[in-house]
Amino acid sequence: MSKTIAEINEKIKNGNVVVVTAEEVIDIAKEKGISKTAEEIDVVTTGTFSPMCSSGVFLNIGHSKPRIKLGGGRVYLNDVPVYTGLAAVDVFLGATALPEDDPKNKFYPGEFNYGGGHVIEELVAGKDIRLVATAYGTDCYPRKKLETWINLKDLNNAILFNVRNAYQNYEVGVNLSDKIIYTYMGVLKPNLGNANYATSGQLSPLLNDPYYKTIGIGTKVFLGGVIGYVAWHGTQHNPHVLRTANGIPEEPAGTLSLIGDLKQMKPEWLVGASVLGYGCTLTVGIGVPLPILSEEILGHTLVTDAEIFAPVIDYSEAHPQMKPDILGEVSYAELKSGHIEVRGKDVPTASLSSYPKALEIANILKGWIQRGEFLLTEPVAPLPGVESDITFKPLKERPIVE
Amino acid sequence: MDVSRKIVLHFPPSVTGQPIVYRLARDFNLSFNILKASVSPGEDGLLVMELSGDQGNYDKGIQYLTETGVRIQSLSQDVVRDEARCTHCGACITICPTGAFSLEPKTRKVLFDHSKCVVCGLCVKACPPRAMKLYF
Repeated sequence: MSKTIAEINEKIKNGNVVVVTAEEVIDIAKEKGISKTAEEIDVVTTGTFSPMCSSGVFLNIGHSKPRIKLGGGRVYLNDVPVYTGLAAVDVFLGATALPEDDPKNKFYPGEFNYGGGHVIEELVAGKDIRLVATAYGTDCYPRKKLETWINLKDLNNAILFNVRNAYQNYEVGVNLSDKIIYTYMGVLKPNLGNANYATSGQLSPLLNDPYYKTIGIGTKVFLGGVIGYVAWHGTQHNPHVLRTANGIPEEPAGTLSLIGDLKQMKPEWLVGASVLGYGCTLTVGIGVPLPILSEEILGHTLVTDAEIFAPVIDYSEAHPQMKPDILGEVSYAELKSGHIEVRGKDVPTASLSSYPKALEIANILKGWIQRGEFLLTEPVAPLPGVESDITFKPLKERPIVE
Repeated sequence: MDVSRKIVLHFPPSVTGQPIVYRLARDFNLSFNILKASVSPGEDGLLVMELSGDQGNYDKGIQYLTETGVRIQSLSQDVVRDEARCTHCGACITICPTGAFSLEPKTRKVLFDHSKCVVCGLCVKACPPRAMKLYF
């Protein structure tokens, strides 16, 4: 049995495509067997909704009269600084950017109530944003100051371009120290007081396509509530990790770089987030459709939470000090039971990633495909796989002696 | 008839020096369980407690508190969840000291049980989308 993406797209156009979520497919295959399921099901949809810091938007705000060259100047959106090292009126707003007068962790733990992720959410929600800019002035761009309200609908372009999203598996954060710590894995209570995990497990895009057999550059996806695309493999993409017998990475592995039109996106799928004592970020909604081209591809989508394992890491010492120590591995089934065992201690678990929202995304994507509103794309190039020589290196510091 | 309610008491500085809770027990035969307290001489005080006893005595106790200058609020109104902002991630679950949050096993949605909340406020800042709001 084998199908092509073109054949699946014909079925989508004819309205007889069979689409299920990565959760539903598990029971269907149990009942009907792999061969029959692979024949009957055309697409499996996945989803994830999690804080993803390497997210941001490129904005072209339009030329003022007289003209101003923001490039090389300073620009703030609702007091949040944006990157201006581009042409005259292009700027980049990153999810973790903070106002210069934010006390950060001076009053520990910092609250980080407002930052880049929140500006992105408010832009998408259609709110007016205050732009304050200073520039050095040139003969062709004489203006030196600009203070104006801007609104997403008036901008020429607003492109969400996330360089690292949808991590294929992630760590479980715990705290072995005797004091509370505030991390990007949430608030971790002392002496193994709790354990926090991320990813949607059996619904997560790259955990359902562990060897990147269908997801590649150009793959059309759900991003922020609308259609987006895989632009590249994400930063830190690392296929060379320890994997289980069925290919599931046992530590953070592949990542995706995603791109899409912010102007069409929905604020419920791009939510500004404040991580106590850590910073601001953006919670991003992503869904990837997987074409069932073969039994092998279907087989990978049958992965269950019991078969996905994540390393437990001490965020008080091992993580910050770049030590390789892990405190063991636990399955997502265990994590989702609400308790795991670490060093013989019963530790309550919590997720930073929303499973109900991930499921909602998988179902929305399913609906789009069923109604013929979303055709699948053939990747224009594959993501680097286990055969590639791509690696994830630590920084090699070379002290500067002057 | 007996009643048992969780209430928030706000004390003006003039009252923080008085043995108010002792009088609730002695004069009105009410039993109390202090859930949270922040009382310093010369400053506004805050006391969260569960107050139980006969309805008549309870009402008299509340009247006594009001006459003393204490502002009283029902506890359940104090921490609320903005349903539109909650993403049901679950970051609050292990932070809450009284287990007011739990997962609905089937949908994996996060449930918030007001009756277990003691208004400590830990969830408010630990919630990434800031869906938990503290109202006084």
